Amino acid sequence: MTADASLHRALGLTDDEAAAIERLLGRAPNHLELALYAVMWSEHCSYKSSRLHLRRLPTEGPAVLVGPGENAGVVDAGGGVAVALRIESHNHPSAIEPYQGAATGVGGILRDIFTMGARPIALMDPLRFGSLDDDRSRWIAGGVVAGIAGYGNAVGVPTVGGEVVFDDTYTGNPLVNVLCAGLLPKDRLVLGRATGVGNLAVLLGSSTGRDGIGGVSVLASAGFTDDAAAEEAKRPNVQVGDPFEEKRLIEACLQLLDEGLVVGIQDLGGAGLACATSETASRGGVGMDVDVTAVHRREPGMEAWEVMTSESQERMLAIVTPEHLDRVLEVCARWEVRASTVGRVTDGGQLRILDGWDGEVLADVPAATLHEDAPLYDRPRRRPADFEQRAGDDPARLAPPEDPGKDLAALLIDPAWVYRQYDHQLFLNTVEAPGGDAALLRLAAPGVPSDRGPGEPPRAMALSSDGNGYWCALDPRAGTALVVAESALNVACVGARPVAVVNCLNFGNPEHPEVMWQLSEAIDGMSEACRALGLPVVGGNVSLYNESRGHDIDPTPVVATLGLVDELHRRPPGVRLAAGDRVLLVQPPGTRPSLGGSQWAVRVRGHRNGRLAPLDLAAHRRLLELLPGLVAGGTLSGVHDVSGGGLGAALAEMAVGGGVGARVTGPADHVELFGEAPTRVLLSVPPAAVAAVREAVAGAGLDVVELGEAGGDRLVVGELVDEAVADLDAAGRDVLPGALGA
Amino acid sequence: MTARVGVVLFPGTNCEHDVLAAVDRLGGDARLVWHGDAHLGDVDAVVLPGGFAHGDYLRPGAIARFSPVMGAVEAFARDGGPVVGICNGFQVLTEAHLLPGALQKNRGLTFLCQTVELEVVTDRSALTRGVAPGTRLRIPINHFEGNYTCDPATLAELVDGDRVVLRYTDNPNGSVGDIAGVSNEAGNVVGLMPHPERASDPLLGSDDGLVLLRALLASAGARLPAATSAAP
Repeated sequence: MTADASLHRALGLTDDEAAAIERLLGRAPNHLELALYAVMWSEHCSYKSSRLHLRRLPTEGPAVLVGPGENAGVVDAGGGVAVALRIESHNHPSAIEPYQGAATGVGGILRDIFTMGARPIALMDPLRFGSLDDDRSRWIAGGVVAGIAGYGNAVGVPTVGGEVVFDDTYTGNPLVNVLCAGLLPKDRLVLGRATGVGNLAVLLGSSTGRDGIGGVSVLASAGFTDDAAAEEAKRPNVQVGDPFEEKRLIEACLQLLDEGLVVGIQDLGGAGLACATSETASRGGVGMDVDVTAVHRREPGMEAWEVMTSESQERMLAIVTPEHLDRVLEVCARWEVRASTVGRVTDGGQLRILDGWDGEVLADVPAATLHEDAPLYDRPRRRPADFEQRAGDDPARLAPPEDPGKDLAALLIDPAWVYRQYDHQLFLNTVEAPGGDAALLRLAAPGVPSDRGPGEPPRAMALSSDGNGYWCALDPRAGTALVVAESALNVACVGARPVAVVNCLNFGNPEHPEVMWQLSEAIDGMSEACRALGLPVVGGNVSLYNESRGHDIDPTPVVATLGLVDELHRRPPGVRLAAGDRVLLVQPPGTRPSLGGSQWAVRVRGHRNGRLAPLDLAAHRRLLELLPGLVAGGTLSGVHDVSGGGLGAALAEMAVGGGVGARVTGPADHVELFGEAPTRVLLSVPPAAVAAVREAVAGAGLDVVELGEAGGDRLVVGELVDEAVADLDAAGRDVLPGALGA
Repeated sequence: MTARVGVVLFPGTNCEHDVLAAVDRLGGDARLVWHGDAHLGDVDAVVLPGGFAHGDYLRPGAIARFSPVMGAVEAFARDGGPVVGICNGFQVLTEAHLLPGALQKNRGLTFLCQTVELEVVTDRSALTRGVAPGTRLRIPINHFEGNYTCDPATLAELVDGDRVVLRYTDNPNGSVGDIAGVSNEAGNVVGLMPHPERASDPLLGSDDGLVLLRALLASAGARLPAATSAAP
């Protein structure tokens, strides 16, 4: 019964952690028990390095029905419906096996959503890869996009947006984040907990195999090394997805929930059955007996610890009362979903793993200790020694571009090659498709009653996911605040009122004090911005150990914002100019953009130093409150936030979007053309509406700068830029097909 | 009397609710038909909607054609009933030999979800009844295997028999003859890759798909007793 040191270390536990387990049990754990603690106390499952800091995030608000800690956050959307929202990372599996890594990321996030009783209605994928010049990065990018398409399309949930970014910092360690939103009748909300002694735990879905064992501990909670053979050897830790199994599982589970047949339900993700059984028991304040021999398996000869920690995909654990069991099995049979009774709810709080109901007790641990007693680390934090020096190295000192028009064209990347591969229209909800500032969807789903009849304006939700490693590398606190601000502004640009966010915190190795400092600063920046903008954080995910060959990635917190529209009367104007319109820039008085961390400085000049432009959160909030009304009013022909690439990129994107040029003045030099600053939007406004727009903007305490007029087929910016719109269009459109094929 | 449309649901189908919603919007009476049932019930038209029946495993439509409901679909089609296969449904109809040809992977070897322009080629199909040939429609496609192919003799038969129902004006997937949809000889069985139900509301960017779905309801209505006998 003694656990020797080599065993707990091989499972990813430190000596201190092994000693703590022994203290909790009052005896030495056996192999199976050690395996349970190893997965549940992994960084991925326990958030042991980040939990201390995450507590500082604001998580409450009037619309929040469920905050962080459950499978997904849930926000009241009005009219009796609620939105469940969750974001996750699948970075490490995708680095090793891009197609399956990304595909199973999609599968996992979907289960988190329908676990809550919600029908998944939208996916989004913020993606970051190494440079397009790098062969392996291109291979990863192509595989990830194909995996998302292959799984998401087949499982029947539309992928409505995301991001795609290429930068050297992600070489060897791509970021594959995946977001899902689901819709549920408010009264169908279910939580992942077991209650009622004598109730049964029924395992639904795929058989359990040896795939993905140790995914959370070996893969997700350690960085990548120089040893190619060692990395290749991790490939079997990546799971394999089956979207058809998941599709049937979704339909079966939603029917079980509709018919009121389950007391609680929990997905099997990281740490598999070990997590699902202990978590449901722990949350419900009960215990559970698990008969490991009852688990339907895909291969013979599996050890109990393998069955308990396998991360085989497409599985759920439903807690049902004995009298409902027959009907549960019937519903599952109709959908060709396998179902096995593997557990019984007990009193006393122990998780017992049994070799047959009357067989040997293989493990016997207090369920709650797997969660509540997980270690909590306050790891050392240190500001990087070169922080001030980098901030002082202002890219404004770089030589001005000889041809700003050429630099502008080089900044444009049209993501259409990516999102064309995703079904982004299923369920007939997608009003604003990928490629705009934010996705805008009607709030409707099969099986979810609506309070709006035919002919009445529907409710809608907007989603935007955003991150910016350049900003956060310079100053994680200010950079993260800027990311929150941009995400909220994107949602407002399609006419929605931002109401909540979820985050995916992608950072390097937390055992490096500089990385812990970045994480802590980013959380503070996010807290400040979210508090000021009234945005509770309803869920999140922390992905650490994003490092490759000794290099930590630039800190890349990704924020996804949910916005709501109570009455959607018309499509939002979108990113476009209309001929004959006036082009208006809205910004706070005294705005001075900065080239520090800008797309131009980093991507064109390779200069990664400098300072970020300041963020006035009060002014930003006023802009967020102003925009939905302007957009809903129907007088604007186009609207676009000014973000990466500055005014130049925003003008070019609107020109390309509308297929119309513009002749504008304003930016005096390349700093004003490419510099970045928050709280700015460009509007395309018909001349007759300009006065009313000016008045509304002034009422919000913001400035309007009239830049010029839209028309013709060239974008002319003072003496700086004179480019054919068709050329700008082609420049952006050809980047991804050129690099990634087809 | 309202036209009753049976929408067949295979495991893995995912566009069934969208078709129900679009038919409802036009005042039709759409209901789901489970793939495991050997009969269709009382319906005046059948739609095989899009998705991934049986996961598209083996080949799109290859397993679905053996579902019990397909015998009933075949009998309904033989009896002249309007049967429309959309996307995956088109693939099922070719696998079931209710329509000629096959759908292979797109020319560019990627999945394509985008709005395309179509031209109506004939008005003698159940899906284009009363729609003027030459009419242009903007309707989304959403497929990996949408590249229609058939041998030259079949292509000649399709063209000569006025059985090409819809053509792409800018071929996105490599389909032979720019074909987006075809019919059987009688014109009552139609398969098309584009999704008319996805263009059923101006809020979504186009409602051109209603032109086709309205024609389908008219074809279904033509089989109703009330429509076949003269009104008093």
